[in-house]
Amino acid sequence: ALFRHTCQPVNIRNIFLLRNAVLEVEASKVGCSVPAARKTGTTICGVVFKDGVVLGADTRATEGMIVADKNCSKIHYISPNIYCCGAGTAADTEMTTQLISSNLELHSLSTGRLPRVATANRMLKQMLFRYQGYIGAALVLGGVDCNGPHLYSIYPHGSTDKLPYVTMGSGSLAAMAVFEDRYKPDMEEDAAKQLVRDAIAAGIFNDLGSGSNIDLCVITKSKVNYIRPHDEANKKGVRTGDYKYKRGTTGVLTKAVTPIDLELLEESVQTMDTS
Amino acid sequence: MRGQPLLSTVIHREKMAAAPVMMPYFGQQISSKSDLVPDWTRQEVSTGTTIMAVEYDGGVVIGADSRTTTGAYIANRVTDKLTRIHNKIYCCRSGSAADTQAIAEIVAYQLGFHSIELDEPPLVETAANLFRASCYRYREELTAGILVAGWDKRKGGQVYSVPIGGMLVRQPVSVGGSGSTYIYGFMDANYKPGMNKEQCMELTAAALSLAMERDGSSGGVVRLASISEEGVERRVILGNQLPKFSTH
Repeated sequence: ALFRHTCQPVNIRNIFLLRNAVLEVEASKVGCSVPAARKTGTTICGVVFKDGVVLGADTRATEGMIVADKNCSKIHYISPNIYCCGAGTAADTEMTTQLISSNLELHSLSTGRLPRVATANRMLKQMLFRYQGYIGAALVLGGVDCNGPHLYSIYPHGSTDKLPYVTMGSGSLAAMAVFEDRYKPDMEEDAAKQLVRDAIAAGIFNDLGSGSNIDLCVITKSKVNYIRPHDEANKKGVRTGDYKYKRGTTGVLTKAVTPIDLELLEESVQTMDTS
Repeated sequence: MRGQPLLSTVIHREKMAAAPVMMPYFGQQISSKSDLVPDWTRQEVSTGTTIMAVEYDGGVVIGADSRTTTGAYIANRVTDKLTRIHNKIYCCRSGSAADTQAIAEIVAYQLGFHSIELDEPPLVETAANLFRASCYRYREELTAGILVAGWDKRKGGQVYSVPIGGMLVRQPVSVGGSGSTYIYGFMDANYKPGMNKEQCMELTAAALSLAMERDGSSGGVVRLASISEEGVERRVILGNQLPKFSTH
């Protein structure tokens, strides 16, 4: 097998093998397979507009072909002025964004300044590169700092692109089609929100891995507007029929009631610890 | 396996686009074989690429296309593959986007530190050697073909080629990336020593256009830069403004 182990020099660190090989072998002996990591099939996207950035995401999380969570949150907090959408393995995106968020807060306290999007980007890409793509986190990072609004797409292997509009996830092609058609530089906030909403909707309705609602996050210099949900595009319908029939639908011919006498032997009460 | 001649290297790299050959294949890798997740979401991002660098008396001209692909999907159609390492030293990146970005950032840091220690602008040869050091040491893990080009006081304009494997060689003209195979003949026929900056710019733009026309992994816009004692001048040539060679 080709293991990737590197010696330690200046910046490229050791790489760990992130796979429970023992579990896989033992499970296959019994005839089962290791449960698939839960993936957020996903459509995520971001757009830079006149005053800031708008991030958007769907809310479906899948385990193979089953929907594991119909309303999961894919837009993660990084810092008061920076948010990050995550596609790929759900656990990886969650933990990666939390780790960088924590480190960025410490960094911010150390510098005494509001964190910059480029800093978050560096931290994320250096970590993902270190794990050589084994951390399946594809991210859309956006925020506003002292240098204006910024938007990055970050791939699991650690490459990043700084662009005015980006999409990621299985529904990214559908969303990108919408962006390529209607994106304009320096849009107004409402136009940008509508564009992102439509891009995510394209992913939701044309990609099986994406679905449910559309979450938005609008970040400007002064405030952050986390809109969850912005659009409930897939509300569960109301059943028009009922399988329960009213009493009297079936005619009763005879009725016989036989009481069963039970003797109470013992009664005890055990209080639950609800502290 | 990973041959030094550019041809076989290129074929190997093109296979990179189809399947992550270098990655050890476990049952479940980054993603499951679910139908919900299409092929291109699982593949590594590669700068398919055509890059070129030319020396002239007084500086260098560098150029690149702007396409980054994940499999058959174009992840970024306006990539800037001409990366600043120092004020007057740039590099052209080809191969894996993650590998080349990481190496370029590490070398930029090392060179910046070195320059502060020296209290002098660094030499292009130093930058090239830093690239070579990383690319050679980790040759088994990396897929990075880099052209280092710039201007310094000692030797003027210089182009150094650091292809996959970690060789280092100085050349007056060099091309790289998957699209470079299509323009070796054009380059050999049209490059003449003693060209001035504008002629180099035209040659580079023409060569890149030809390669972008033929290579599927190259395309987008042409990014050019010239580096000389005066400084760095950057240009972009958009798709519809590229020199045209086809008559049909």
